Amino acid sequence: MNFEEHAAKPLLARLGIAVPKGGLAQTPDEAAAIAARIGAVVVKAQVPAGRRGKAGGIKLAATPEAARAHAKAIIGMQIAGHQVEQVLIEEQMPIETELYAAVLNDPASQGPLVMFSTAGGMDIEEVAATAPDKLHLRPVDIRRGFTRADAGTLVQGLGLGAAEGKVADTLARLYEVYAAFDAELVEINPLIVTTDGRVVALDCKFVMDDSGIVRQSEIARAGTPEKLTGLEARAKAAGLKYIDLEGDIGVLANGAGLTMTTMDVVRHHGGRPANFLEIGGESYTQAKPALELLLSNPRIKSLVINFCGAFARTDVMTQGVIEAIEALQPRLPIFFSVHGTGDEEAIRMLKDRLGVTPLATMDDASKAAVEAAR
Amino acid sequence: MIIRGTDRVLVMGITGKQGTFWTEHMQAYGTRVVGGTNPAKAGTLHCKVPVFATARDAMQGTGFDVAVLFIPPLMVKAAAMDAIEAGARGLVVLTEHIPVQDVMYFVAAAKERGARILGPNTAGAVTPGECFAGFMPVFNERIFRKGTIGVLSRSGSLGVLFCLNIVQAGYGESAFVGIGGDPIIGTTTRDALVALDNFPGTEAVVMVGEIGGAMEEEAADYAKTMTKPVVAFIAGGAAPKGKKMGHAGAIVMGNKGTYASKRAALEAAGVTVLDTPSDVGAALKARLGR
Repeated sequence: MNFEEHAAKPLLARLGIAVPKGGLAQTPDEAAAIAARIGAVVVKAQVPAGRRGKAGGIKLAATPEAARAHAKAIIGMQIAGHQVEQVLIEEQMPIETELYAAVLNDPASQGPLVMFSTAGGMDIEEVAATAPDKLHLRPVDIRRGFTRADAGTLVQGLGLGAAEGKVADTLARLYEVYAAFDAELVEINPLIVTTDGRVVALDCKFVMDDSGIVRQSEIARAGTPEKLTGLEARAKAAGLKYIDLEGDIGVLANGAGLTMTTMDVVRHHGGRPANFLEIGGESYTQAKPALELLLSNPRIKSLVINFCGAFARTDVMTQGVIEAIEALQPRLPIFFSVHGTGDEEAIRMLKDRLGVTPLATMDDASKAAVEAAR
Repeated sequence: MIIRGTDRVLVMGITGKQGTFWTEHMQAYGTRVVGGTNPAKAGTLHCKVPVFATARDAMQGTGFDVAVLFIPPLMVKAAAMDAIEAGARGLVVLTEHIPVQDVMYFVAAAKERGARILGPNTAGAVTPGECFAGFMPVFNERIFRKGTIGVLSRSGSLGVLFCLNIVQAGYGESAFVGIGGDPIIGTTTRDALVALDNFPGTEAVVMVGEIGGAMEEEAADYAKTMTKPVVAFIAGGAAPKGKKMGHAGAIVMGNKGTYASKRAALEAAGVTVLDTPSDVGAALKARLGR
């Protein structure tokens, strides 16, 4: 789950990292009021996307009136597909140096990775490509953590001068933020040294591990919920994994891998999948609500139901599907492929109650659905 | 990690509904289950084996080689550390939705102690005709039959589909290894490929991958050095960018983890990459010559 800048910075502040004074505004008037309290400010669009400055979403304002005008221009703006609904109003900082600091989950080392660079304020991918010697990486053994001493060693000799100690403090605290709040990624870019020697997080990106949300419930409320379509929101409320796609062939399968593969095979045979919807694992008892949800999509012209049971029992899933079909009496063509745990019972039920025989392979079922949709 | 009939298996969380159901299946198939854990029921018998409070107690009581965990997400870290510190040689971690920082913790500990972890978020491992650990439809002879094809898969359900197609084509499996759908897992695609390459009686390997991460690309480096044929399928070619497709590990970010990158790396390594799972039999025949 993503945290926008205004929600991420308080997490840094909680563990002692300095952030600029500021406040969140939803209207130009609120922006002017905050600016009146602070003085010279920066008006920053709050959207879960980078490069806000290049898109015109970040402006300096010397007076409350200027803050009001900028807020008026920025609120409602589209940045990378997101509409700006609020702006962060923050004090202007006297910048001496811009640095970069991040901690993230690194699949390559199978542990946390601390990243630090003296080339802050630009895309870290760009730094990695153009000045890799300025990017310092330190894989961490999560059992030991990343201490103040480790941070000191990492920033030593990088020409930070009098700020070196405070930068090391910030880096060690950033690791604490990562560990305390189940981060997948926490990034400060830029981390600045001010002309009067303070070290301040000027921006922050925080992504929480979705599997950590259950034990971070207090903090997770500040995160930005994923933007969902109507059907996706209904599915989420029902505990189903559903993603809307562009096509017209409905897909219902169990297990993420099998569901993705069903989409692939539909496409392979020249069709376009309308959705991702899987009822694997513990949700294999949810076939009835899942199919009801799918059938409420008016774009769907035909449907592939592909079950391959391991943990998920195909007889239980098929029972749910039959109940949904009996209740809703859909008129669109439905093609089945059913194999694995419980398949004999599942196939018998389909024959007895719907008069349907599953096709031999998922290719056959997908091909039939593609042809029926034409 | 390939599970053998001689491995002594400890089922952690044995008294739960799933723990009980699958323990009975494992026992019936030939898995050597020697005990289970549940701190509240230590000292009792369940599924005809002794229940211990901890893996440490079980190690002293009956000894064991492999722990299979039927444990809820937030309790897995403690259970896995218990098994690792007790001296388990292997752990099968079935649970989905374990916080990633917990996974990193016990994966690091296992590495240091030389314990092998399968998963998290795996359906388990099967050695047909011998034993299995996890939840797999092992009794279905149209899916699992003793043979010469090693199968590894990030997805349980898709792994089952491939086993079905392999048996339908007249082959059988030497071993099935489900490595799990999480972004950080103890046994990688490459690790499993190496294990199957070295597993006696294996003539070819079927690798079932997914979009996201770089594991298939790393496995391709090893496949280059193999003399046994490898046939692969990568799920998720039709998935949109930036969306988690059910598995936490299946996500394409920018140009990393794409279908095209994986397919190109595998084909450059001499691996036959399938367009659809139904083609696996024909591909094996072409590569094995029978």
